[in-house]
Amino acid sequence: MNKPFAITLDPGSSLANRTGTWRTERPVYVNRLPPCNNQCPAGEDIQGWLFHAESGNYEKAWQHLTKDNPFPAIMGRVCYHTCEGACNRANLDSAVGINSVERFLGDEAIKRKWKLVQPAAESGKHVLIVGGGPSGMSAAYHLRRLGHRVTVYEAGPMLGGMMRFGIPKYRLPREVLDAEMQRVVEMGVEVKLNAKVDNIQETMKAGNFDAAFLAVGAHIGKRTNIPAGAVSKIVDAVSVLRSMEGEEKPMLGRRVVVYGGGNTAIDVARTAKRMGAEPIIVYRRTRDKMPAHDFEVEEAMQEGVMIKWLSTIKKAGDASITVEKMELDANGFPQPTGEIETLEADSVVLALGQDVDLGLLEGVPGLEVTDGVVKVDANMMTGHAGIFAGGDMVPTERNITVGVGHGKKAAKNIDAWLRGITYVAPPKPPVATFERLNTWYYSDAPKTVRPMLDIIRRQSTFEEVQGGLDETNALFEARRCLSCGNCFECDNCYGVCPDNAVIKLGPGKGFQFNYDYCKGCGLCVSECPCGAINMVPENN
Amino acid sequence: MSFQPVKFYQTGTFTVGNRLLAPDQRSVQANMERTNSLNSGHRACQGCGEALGARYAIDAAMHATDKQMVAVNATGCLEVFSTPYPETSWQVPWIHSLFGNAAAVATGVSAALKVKRQKGVSGDVRVVAQGGDGGTTDIGFGCLSGMFERNDDVLYICYDNGGYMNTGIQRSSATPPAARTATTMPVGPEPGNPFGQGKFVPAIAMAHEIPYVATATVADLRDLEYKVRKAMTFRGARYIHILVPCPLGWGTASDETLRMSRLAKETGLFPVFEAERGELTHSTKIRRLLPVEEYLRPQKRFAHLFGKTPAVDTIARLQAIADKNIRKYDLLEKEAN
Repeated sequence: MNKPFAITLDPGSSLANRTGTWRTERPVYVNRLPPCNNQCPAGEDIQGWLFHAESGNYEKAWQHLTKDNPFPAIMGRVCYHTCEGACNRANLDSAVGINSVERFLGDEAIKRKWKLVQPAAESGKHVLIVGGGPSGMSAAYHLRRLGHRVTVYEAGPMLGGMMRFGIPKYRLPREVLDAEMQRVVEMGVEVKLNAKVDNIQETMKAGNFDAAFLAVGAHIGKRTNIPAGAVSKIVDAVSVLRSMEGEEKPMLGRRVVVYGGGNTAIDVARTAKRMGAEPIIVYRRTRDKMPAHDFEVEEAMQEGVMIKWLSTIKKAGDASITVEKMELDANGFPQPTGEIETLEADSVVLALGQDVDLGLLEGVPGLEVTDGVVKVDANMMTGHAGIFAGGDMVPTERNITVGVGHGKKAAKNIDAWLRGITYVAPPKPPVATFERLNTWYYSDAPKTVRPMLDIIRRQSTFEEVQGGLDETNALFEARRCLSCGNCFECDNCYGVCPDNAVIKLGPGKGFQFNYDYCKGCGLCVSECPCGAINMVPENN
Repeated sequence: MSFQPVKFYQTGTFTVGNRLLAPDQRSVQANMERTNSLNSGHRACQGCGEALGARYAIDAAMHATDKQMVAVNATGCLEVFSTPYPETSWQVPWIHSLFGNAAAVATGVSAALKVKRQKGVSGDVRVVAQGGDGGTTDIGFGCLSGMFERNDDVLYICYDNGGYMNTGIQRSSATPPAARTATTMPVGPEPGNPFGQGKFVPAIAMAHEIPYVATATVADLRDLEYKVRKAMTFRGARYIHILVPCPLGWGTASDETLRMSRLAKETGLFPVFEAERGELTHSTKIRRLLPVEEYLRPQKRFAHLFGKTPAVDTIARLQAIADKNIRKYDLLEKEAN
């Protein structure tokens, strides 16, 4: 033994001392559901695609996004982005502009001609889809992706449904709509245009279909009984918006009265404004009670659309209408006051909601219709096995994103049904709340505002009102994401552990705790920016 | 040119790592190949700020010197918890002698290495000395001042946790006023540590006009690593003073170590700055200014200030210290015009 003076032992490493035994609680990595994802009616993994966008990998981001929703360029324009309303960043400065990043990705995909994933193998099953709107085309995409043969029957001359015949051009340019519809068709989806299905059972039998998804939408404008003179012009909003797509534009005259308070009322009033008319919306309640989205009301008013609150139309004459003033009672319902006023009106457009044309369902056994809509179970199936339904024709909130979500959900259930099983959605993890974030770590960065089209052009043309972000600010916007509840590899846990008890596995692989040495101090939990680590008691 | 924080990369340089930064912009601690100078298995308490600060600093020094360095350690928590004979957690060439002589030992090591280099026996090996506030501001202060005055080629790092923690939390000259320790109990008309004149060693180091003096906290890793790297670009005596919270001595939860250092900086009680040859060259600005109470209230060593009748006068005196720091070290961002 050759050791220095007074030394009897060889030097050892402290690794012999397993400090993990001190622990009473252990940290564990968790994934929580980000509030944006939880909110999205189309079930997008928003945080997931933002993660790829953050590093500038837009194609990967787009591929990740289109796993759930094949129409990002459309969504980026017409979706009411309730995800942003749920965004935790709103508690910090302002919500992440998810919708504008989605639009940027959608536009990039069109510009760069990115393709959707082709199905890996053919299943041999054939699914009928009735209606080529958001819900039907979303279902077509998802079913095709799962390897099924899909045929879409569309009653109209073009694909798009309400996206084409209900949403004005200034909100959704038609080349964007066409590009995203075409991309789904290119996956091998068969489309029959001008093919109205009159009897679902006959069509299914004739085409030898294994299952059907009905998504005919709600295209019949609701009427109300207004006493009217012989020459007064009363039309419904859906017909007006639909005829905007044809050769013959609707003749509404100069003074156009729009009756109703929903988004369709706003759309039709803004359309009339662009055709040179002076639209006035008559609505029986107040602005805060209006079902239309407030930003759309705001934009319409900026463009010069007049709104008459607390009013109902009593009768329509030749060139005028009579309105009665209302007041809200204690329960917020409008009550007549007897106060009468006359307004000039060349035409009255009714925007009072829409009904579903249920003609094709006659005689289908088991199928139930309540309040003019088709009843479906939790798996989107009607009372008749093999016939599924979604979108505006089932009881739901009616908007494009909900329709797209129905298409996806129905596709998963149809796929399971075709294979003789029942689809069970994976359990949702708990929602990542703001309180769990350590916001110190996020850069201060206020929201990027999208450019708006100049007011004169908005009043006279159908050019798109809202602009998009360019690459720099889309990247900036994506990077404002807090990644709530899911690790984004910031290395904080790896860095702040005083005991080197966090093992870094490398880019994309995350981290792992070394429980041999973790003392359970909880620093990693407290300093995790996004709340992706939990402390749990040790059992032994 | 001081440390440039990177903005708008989600977390910028606030977090330890950031996958969005270019590899050369990333921290040493984010690297899978970091030295882990102070390895697992050490006996420091849960959430020890000193263990964390020491690994941050020595890993950064190892990186800056391409592993050509020797560490000299004073007695104190850091030595006791890392190296109970015959085990050690250190994965760097490391020497320990006495409580008060780390600076002198480092001077000797530096001189020996200089001779070896001149003889061509070894390359350019640098020396880093380290100790706690007891071994630095009290017991080793004479040796340290001598090292400064002779401008020996040593980087001395003090890990300041404000007391003699491993012997039972006795007061040191770095213990903040009003803090309770085993030797300054919260009794009598002025409970806790007396206000005294204070002894802020970074300012004393500046008075020696040595090449480089800096302060840092464990809550701002990027700033700390930058300062260690910068210190290694100088020859001669350099001093870095790092605030390292002690959950045991301060009476804070083990997961609050980083939060406490952040609060110390954000209230202005611990000024974070750099100085070269006696002159202040840069101060790290306060991001979100907070009253000192935010820092004091969570710590049990200040609990007597927040009893039934809060000691408003004492809190005001501590606030005055913070206000003076903010003025003296220019800790606030100038108002944007």
